[in-house]
Amino acid sequence: MARFRVNGVAQDLDIEPEMPLLWALRDELGLTGTKFGCGVAACGACTVQVNGNAVRSCVTPVSAVEGTDITTIEGLAVNAAAALTPVQQAWINHQVPQCGYCQSGMIMAVSALLTANPNPSDDEIDGAITNICRCGTYPRVRKAIRSLTTTA
Amino acid sequence: MKINRRRFLLGTTVVGGGLLIVYATTRPSKHFVANDTLAENGQSFLTTWLRIDPDNTVTVLVPHSEMGQGVLTSLPMMAADELDADWDLVRVEQAPATDLFANGVLIKGFAQSMGVSVPGFLDGAINKVSEIMNIQITGGSSSVRFTGENGMRVAGAAAREMLIKTAAVRWEVPESELTARLSHVYHDASGRSATYGELASDAARFEPSPNPRLKEPHEFTLMGKPIQRIDIPAKVDGTAAFGMDARPAGMLYAAVKTSPVFGNKLVSVNSDVALQRRGVVRVVELDDAVAVVADNYWRAKQALAALDIRFEATANDQVTTQSIYAQFDTALQGELNEDVEQGDTPIALAGAATTIDATYRVPFLAHAAMEPMNCTVHFHDGKADVWTGTQDNLGIRGRVASISGLDENDVTMHMFYLGGGFGRRLPNTTNTIDQATRIAQQFDVPVQTIWSREEDMQQDYYRTAVTSAFRAGFDASNNLIAWENHYIGKNEPAEAAHPPYSIPHKSIAYADSPTHVPLGAWRSVAHSQHTFFLESFVDELAHKAGKNPYQFRLDMLQDKPRHAAVLKAAADKAGWERNLPEGHAMGIALQESFGSIVAQVAEVSINSDGSVRVHRVTCAVDCGRSVNPDNVASQAESGIIYGLTAALYGEITIANGRVEQTNFNDYEMLRLSDSPEIDVVTIESGAALGGMGEPATPPVAAAVANAVYILTGQRVRELPLKNYRFTAAPVERLA
Ligand code: FES
Ligand code: FES
Repeated sequence: MARFRVNGVAQDLDIEPEMPLLWALRDELGLTGTKFGCGVAACGACTVQVNGNAVRSCVTPVSAVEGTDITTIEGLAVNAAAALTPVQQAWINHQVPQCGYCQSGMIMAVSALLTANPNPSDDEIDGAITNICRCGTYPRVRKAIRSLTTTA
Repeated sequence: MKINRRRFLLGTTVVGGGLLIVYATTRPSKHFVANDTLAENGQSFLTTWLRIDPDNTVTVLVPHSEMGQGVLTSLPMMAADELDADWDLVRVEQAPATDLFANGVLIKGFAQSMGVSVPGFLDGAINKVSEIMNIQITGGSSSVRFTGENGMRVAGAAAREMLIKTAAVRWEVPESELTARLSHVYHDASGRSATYGELASDAARFEPSPNPRLKEPHEFTLMGKPIQRIDIPAKVDGTAAFGMDARPAGMLYAAVKTSPVFGNKLVSVNSDVALQRRGVVRVVELDDAVAVVADNYWRAKQALAALDIRFEATANDQVTTQSIYAQFDTALQGELNEDVEQGDTPIALAGAATTIDATYRVPFLAHAAMEPMNCTVHFHDGKADVWTGTQDNLGIRGRVASISGLDENDVTMHMFYLGGGFGRRLPNTTNTIDQATRIAQQFDVPVQTIWSREEDMQQDYYRTAVTSAFRAGFDASNNLIAWENHYIGKNEPAEAAHPPYSIPHKSIAYADSPTHVPLGAWRSVAHSQHTFFLESFVDELAHKAGKNPYQFRLDMLQDKPRHAAVLKAAADKAGWERNLPEGHAMGIALQESFGSIVAQVAEVSINSDGSVRVHRVTCAVDCGRSVNPDNVASQAESGIIYGLTAALYGEITIANGRVEQTNFNDYEMLRLSDSPEIDVVTIESGAALGGMGEPATPPVAAAVANAVYILTGQRVRELPLKNYRFTAAPVERLA
């Protein structure tokens, strides 16, 4: 059994406790916005927020998130005033995504960072955003983040 | 560029007999077919790729795959501009995978007529009439150049003429009194106007002109403007669907283990162990692989890991990177195939005042697209449905049909965004598709075959390793007079090893040296290796001649004004060798590929641990003109990061016949923290459109390595740079 809330909805799943959250989301709940990239916590494509913290769901067993509030890319804007959060809007303004496959995880990681630390230094950004983007959108990721912070 | 309009009625002789007359996609009047088969509710296809609805929306059907290169935006911009459509009323759909929307003829026909070399994977694929309708390829940086320039623009312009004609007939006024603007036709004299939607169904009765008037660049309303990409909103809220996101009802998941030694066959597997596990439905044995099929991918993967899978032993088990490199060295001493012979190189070298030898080498590389390879197939009622992201939907349709013995028309492709292509999702690299098809053949429900990252990395079609040996000669006044280059493997594109510089005597030749490692096209294909070789060796020669590497190149580009202008633009923008912080140096490199000329300047320093830090890459691009300037910039940024990742980290090694790397922890990727700032300058030369998906990738490795030489005095002749620990020991700064 696994019990947690996903994007505000209570879930009660009859699954193995060691099943990674990623596959519970994708294959049990059909939430495909969270992506599989490596399975070993090396790329960040699977990043979701657990109680607001960025977590790599491919190595997080559901037993570790029992009773938590999980937010995926599908639910990120639910509490925003607009259809998109400021991070998502910045991603459009700066035309960040290319293939787009890494971007759910990238946006979830950046959103968690900026909530915890609205004005990160470059080093703090580099330390927190270690997601891989094979399309190389990094220059635009940094610009988009900087458009949301007050330090340049 | 002035386009020779005769080309739009294009006769293509096809090997195997026959002549094809081409309008836009494949044959005249295909829009009538489209109207018959696809239009509904008053919709009209004015040309094959343009549908106009009564509500005045224009839908552009794009026969290419979106893998982040912006094709779903740039091609519709080209059609809509010529059509004078209101961009806000333009909708975009990916064209279905049917021969109505094949693009192979267009690409090959126009490439040939323009004297441009056709990407080899395409050339080989289109040699038979029966196959020519089955190409819907995205690759070779061809979409904007061929489908866009010679298909989309013509389709838009032809449709516009048909709408004007229709209004002229309806209002009984001369066509010359009518104007088209923002999806309306206007007759200013009488104040009448009609929307395209109101005119479309009558317009569809006209035959589209084979040679409509195309706009001059100053008349463009969309091309050349930074238009926001239409695929991006879905890529920020999780709704963009990739192949792996297909969720047909009743679907099962397959995890696969293929023989890690390429080509070795399966001997045995203890399937029972897996079948006892929760959710496991079946274990499928294939020729060289085992698949576990379960109701959840993780369950399938866990069960697969529990199996004892035995593969046969073959001589390939002994192959290593070192044995491959030794094989290459032997091959270079053997018989060579001519690439370029100009002048008399042996005599020039014999009489040279100085000669220089250097041998370069680069390793195998994996594509490592962000979305691991996957394909979902459902066999039912004597038909098949396929869900996957591919660079050739029609090719994959044919592949699934031929494996399963179905008629192509009984295979339906469901198209998706690609989580990266880079050449991995081209035709002829179908091992994932083949497996997924064979697995699904054993089920009557859809089966999604997903490769783990480890499988994806170990079962790729790799960018080949190459060894390349140079000898050059200077005359007594230090002019470069002779260039000899022997390398491994026939190049694709053929010109990849041809230096752009004016050198009187050139002898370039290659040796074939196949191994059991499967090979494929990797972003920029052979340019990725040879630009590193050429532009590093030219740099060596500059230093040897005591000349500034930038000026040395410029001096040899007097008959190549576009190249010279690009090189100069990059150097100027970068502030070549000016105001550099202490411990920083710049390197420069230049390359033409896929019709675009790119020069890059890398500003580099050496970290305290001896590794290389790239601070900034300045990139000058001449791709003729920019259809979507912001997208040109983003493709340049992307290409640079892709090339830089390979230069710094990229290395696939072979031991015991198999790839040693497994995942991103041992096949490292550039990340945000080591991503350089990138400046892109575009030169609008007005030359024929060049591609942009690939040309920014080749130069960066040499630009960085050339800067490393300035900083350390060490010439990097082998990549990746992570294998070095440099100590900064600056050579004398050259004037
Ligand atoms: S899939 Fe989880 S970090 Fe890569
Ligand atoms: S946008 Fe393609 S991997 Fe990041």
